[in-house]
Amino acid sequence: MLAFLLTLGALLGVVVVLAYAERKVAAFMQDRMGPTEAGPQGSLQAVADVLKLLQKEDIVPAAADKKLFKLAPILIFAAVFAGFAVIPFTPDLIPAGIGIGVFYLLAIVSLDVIGLLMAGWGSNNKYAMLGAMRSVAQIVSYEIPAGLAILSAVMICQSLDFQEISYQQGALMNQFPGMEYDMNWLFGIEALGINTTTVGGITTWNIFRAPILLVSFVIYFIASLAESNRAPFDIPEAESELVAGFHVEYSGFRFAVLFLAEYSMMVLVCLVAVILFLGSWNTPLPNIGPVSLAYWSTGIPGELSGILWGVFWLLSKTFVLLFLQLQLRWTYPRLRVDQLMHLCWKVLTPVALGVVLIAGIWRLLMI
Amino acid sequence: MNKAIKQHNGFGYVVKSLLSGLSLTWKHFKNARNRRTPDYVSDENYFKQPDGMATLKYPYESIPVPDNGRYRLHNEIDDCIVCDLCAKICPVNCITIDSVKATEDIGVTSDGTKKRLYAPTFDIDLAKCCYCGLCTTVCPTDCLTMTPVYDFSEVNIKNMVYHFTNLTPEQAEEKKQLFAKQQEEIAAAKAAALAARKSNQ
Repeated sequence: MLAFLLTLGALLGVVVVLAYAERKVAAFMQDRMGPTEAGPQGSLQAVADVLKLLQKEDIVPAAADKKLFKLAPILIFAAVFAGFAVIPFTPDLIPAGIGIGVFYLLAIVSLDVIGLLMAGWGSNNKYAMLGAMRSVAQIVSYEIPAGLAILSAVMICQSLDFQEISYQQGALMNQFPGMEYDMNWLFGIEALGINTTTVGGITTWNIFRAPILLVSFVIYFIASLAESNRAPFDIPEAESELVAGFHVEYSGFRFAVLFLAEYSMMVLVCLVAVILFLGSWNTPLPNIGPVSLAYWSTGIPGELSGILWGVFWLLSKTFVLLFLQLQLRWTYPRLRVDQLMHLCWKVLTPVALGVVLIAGIWRLLMI
Repeated sequence: MNKAIKQHNGFGYVVKSLLSGLSLTWKHFKNARNRRTPDYVSDENYFKQPDGMATLKYPYESIPVPDNGRYRLHNEIDDCIVCDLCAKICPVNCITIDSVKATEDIGVTSDGTKKRLYAPTFDIDLAKCCYCGLCTTVCPTDCLTMTPVYDFSEVNIKNMVYHFTNLTPEQAEEKKQLFAKQQEEIAAAKAAALAARKSNQ
C-alpha cells in the first residue's frame, strides 16, 4: 500500500511538472511566453487545468456502448500505472521487486491497446473508431522494435530484473545478492584487461559497457515515442484531421484521465530507457583513483543519502529524455501512416534484429 | 532541363537534417531568456528585438502608440456647431445627431464660429466605427478628433455607444419649448404687424 501511494504521488508530481514544462518549452521554442498568469510564471496552470476539467460535465453519448466507454480510461491508466510497479527508484526502493520485471512491464503496458480499442469502439463515433484503429496499428507495430531493443539490453545484462540491471551499471554491482563476484570490463570486453567494476560511473552504463546498445537505445527511444503517441508519431490523435482521435467523445475527468495516462506513459518509457541503457539510478561520475566520485555521488544504499542520490540521478536522467521528447514534438512534423509503417517495419525492425545478433556476440566477449 | 534538382536522401542526409532541426529549436529555446521590450518604434533596438520571445504581457506592457495615433473618437462638444456633416459622411452610420435651434447665439467655438444649435443627442457607436477618419476630416471646427486610446473594450456592447451631449433630456426639452415659444411669439408679432398694416390701409 505504501509503495502504491508513493508511486502514485511520485507519478502525479512528475506529470504535473511535465505538463507545465511542455507548455513552457513549447512556448519558448516558438518564441512565445506560455502560461504566465496562474501562479508565479504560470506554474499553477496545470492545477488550474485539472480543476477546470473536474468542473466540466461528464458526457456519455446516448448511443455509446456505455460500459466500454466508461471503463476504457480506467483501463488505459491502470495499464500504464501498473507498469510503474517494477521501476526501481533507488538502490533499495522498488515498489515490487519481481525477478521478471522487464517481461511484466512489456506485458502489462500492452494492455493499453485494449483500452484504446475500447475507447474508440465504445464511443460509437467514426472518428474515434478510426483514431483507435490507427493507434492500435501504430502501437502494436512499434512494440516489435521496442521489444527487440529491450531484448538486446536484457541479453547483455542476462537478467529480467530491473533492480539487478540497475546494480550491474554502477560501482555498487557487487552489493547485489548473487553478483558478489561478477566483474565489469571496459566496453564489456575482458580481453582488454581494464577492470571497471569499482570504477563505476558512466563506464559501466549499458551504452558504454556494450556500445552497440547505443543503437538499440536510439531504436527504443524512437519506438517509445510511437508507443506513447507522441509527436512525430501522434497519428492516433492527429488533432488536425481526427479532432483528437479515440478520445474525441470524452469530456471532463475522463478526458483528464486519458491525458494523465498519456503523460504517465511518457514518463514510464523514459524511465525504462534510463534504467535499461543510461545507468538507472547510478551516477555518471566515475571513481578516478583516490577520487571516488562514484561512491560520493551514490550515497550508501539503505540510508537517506542513497535514496536521495538515487532519486536525483534517476529523475534527472529521465527529465533529460522527457525534454528531448518535448523538443522532438516541437521540431518534427507528423509522419504519414505509410511513412510510419515504413520506418517501423523496414528500418527499425531489421536494425533491431541486427543489434540483437551483435548483442549476443558481445555477450560472448563479456564472459 | 539537364540540371535537375539534386534529390537529397540517404541515412547521412536524414540524420543531418534531423539534427539541424533540433539545433534550430534548441537555439530558440536558449534565446528565450531574452524578451522584447515595449519600446517605441523610433527606438534603435526596435527591429533587433525579435531575438528571443516576441510576445509582450499585453495588459501590463504594450508598445507605445504614437501621439497622433488615430483610434477612439472624441468630440469636444463645446466646440461643436451641430452641423451634422460627420453623421452624413460616416460610411457606417455610427453617429446619431439631433439638433435644437437656440433662441439666440449660444456662444462661439474656440476658432470663433458662432454656435446656434443645441445638440440634445450626439451619440457615436464605437462598436460600429470603422476608424476611417472621414468625420474628423469634414468637421469644420475640428471638434471631432481621433485620440491615441485604442484599448476601450467593454463587457456590455451598449457601453460602446458614447454620449457626447452636454444637455440633459430636461434641458433639451426646455430649450425646445423655449424655441417653440420664441417662434410662436415671432409668429404672433408677425400676425399683429400684418393685422396693423391691414387696418392702416
